[in-house]
Amino acid sequence: MSRARSDRPRGEGASLSRARMADQYRAWLRHHRLSAAESLQRVLERPFSSLMTWLVIGIALALPVGLSVTLDNAAELSARWESPTQISLFLHTDVDAAAAAELAQALERSAEVAQVHLVSRDDALAEFGALSGFAEVLAELDDNPLPNLLLVTPAPRLDQDAVRTLRDNLDKRDKVDEAVLDMQWLQRLNSLMDLGRRMVMAVGALLLVGVILILGNTIRLAIENRRDEIVIVKLVGGSNPFVRRPFLYTGLWYGVGGGLVAGLVVNAALWYLQGPVGELARLYQSGFELRGPGIMGVLNLVIIGGLLGLAGAWLAVSRHLAAIVPR
Amino acid sequence: MISFERVSKRYPEGHDALREVSFDIARDDLVFLTGHSGAGKSTLMRLIMLMDRPTRGKVVVDGRDLSTVSNRRIPGHRRQIGVVFQNHQLLFDRNVFDNVALPLVISGYDHREVGRRVRAALDKVGLLKRERAMPVTLSGGEQQRVGIARAVVGRPKILLADEPTGNLDPELSAEIMQLFESFSQVGVTVLIASHDLALISRLRHRILTLREGRLVTGGLL
Ligand SMILES: Nc1ncnc2c1ncn2[C@@H]1O[C@H](COP(=O)(O)OP(=O)(O)OP(=O)(O)O)[C@@H](O)[C@H]1O
Ligand SMILES: [Mg+2]
Repeated sequence: MSRARSDRPRGEGASLSRARMADQYRAWLRHHRLSAAESLQRVLERPFSSLMTWLVIGIALALPVGLSVTLDNAAELSARWESPTQISLFLHTDVDAAAAAELAQALERSAEVAQVHLVSRDDALAEFGALSGFAEVLAELDDNPLPNLLLVTPAPRLDQDAVRTLRDNLDKRDKVDEAVLDMQWLQRLNSLMDLGRRMVMAVGALLLVGVILILGNTIRLAIENRRDEIVIVKLVGGSNPFVRRPFLYTGLWYGVGGGLVAGLVVNAALWYLQGPVGELARLYQSGFELRGPGIMGVLNLVIIGGLLGLAGAWLAVSRHLAAIVPR
Repeated sequence: MISFERVSKRYPEGHDALREVSFDIARDDLVFLTGHSGAGKSTLMRLIMLMDRPTRGKVVVDGRDLSTVSNRRIPGHRRQIGVVFQNHQLLFDRNVFDNVALPLVISGYDHREVGRRVRAALDKVGLLKRERAMPVTLSGGEQQRVGIARAVVGRPKILLADEPTGNLDPELSAEIMQLFESFSQVGVTVLIASHDLALISRLRHRILTLREGRLVTGGLL
């Protein structure tokens, strides 16, 4: 290129090479369009085997997506759980009901506390008696052994750490014998969900690798099928990128189709579950509704599918095309 | 345009297909290459289009020593050469038009230019009416002419033809040879491998004769 320029008057050489570049760019674009159209046509020409490939990829993609949609919904559900945490303050036995009520009022004024409910020792004893069936035995007692109890609901904006700090502070108060945080179940749920998320990630990663391998194999077969054609194209001067292009597009179409199938499968499953879940939510008087991946989610699936398709095709093409040389 | 300097080619099986072959072909020459079956004619052409590399010696095409052409540059090299293959090498799932258009599509010509040039090439080999036909529905001679049309459609600098008239009757053979001659008259270097001694001796062009891989006539002294 630099030699061509020095041979000619400067301006002419530059404009010539620019015209050539523009030409080459147009030719490149033209071949992309052609490859895209031809490979799509090839894919559609064999609807049955293409559908199989789409289904395999679609299902492999739908599994991790479906699982993570389920987890998202579970997380949504646990977040909506009414009064997720509560601190039980067991007061010293020498704190009487009036003092307890006073403390309750004081606590309720604090910004960190949403609500305080006083369970007086007499109420507690009566309730305990009624529930346990030991009412007569308890009536015999001279002294009520139960302490006054304050049920403290932390302000909703507090996260778990803040709630724990609040518990520690409450525990240090004079009148408080013990502050107990009732959130172990929530922690368990959260760690279960965390575990679930990790498993979905692992399964998802495995399935993605699987998808790439499946596509790689499909493209390898396509390359085998068209071996003679590749040889001839190379004989008349087709470069490796030229030969590669239609196969990359084939991979892209398989991947995009697989992504669409995955979107359909996930949405169909959600639609299928929507009724029973709604019914359940109504029974629990909750406004909960299943949330799907939505249009953006499906679009993402299609893009991911397309990228995986390209990756698989690239794998096959880089391994098998170079090995085909005209003999 | 094409020069061989003491070129030898030994196939991995140990067979010497070419031995110390030297010759020069000028730019607008038309040269015949002849010799018994297995003499090395196809091998010689394979070296020119870089389907193979020589075991020893130097091949220079259009001023470029082919040993300096990297594998990545081979496609570009081949696009300057039109080749008629001994075994046609047609795409059997594409029609005649698409077969002939292939070199133009590879070079990135636009749609209209492709149509114009393909029809001109098909016209030259007398197959204009068969452009929509599939190769399997054509006779051996017609397939051969499709191969010829594909070789010339890109207006290459060099034309290699390996037995281009093997399946053609004498009349058609003479016509095709005339077509090749007309190319050499407009500056294309033409090298034709052929058994048909009667035909090629009538045409009064230089003849290279190979015998068991050695050049016995027409080379450099
Ligand atoms: N790919 C190959 N591997 C090994 N040996 C080969 C290969 N191609 C050709 N040969 C051998 O090299 C020799 C020359 O073959 P070539 O094809 O060049 O002959 P030819 O002159 O074209 O013959 P024909 O007129 O029959 O086409 C033959 O003996 C052949 O067996
Ligand atoms: Mg031969």
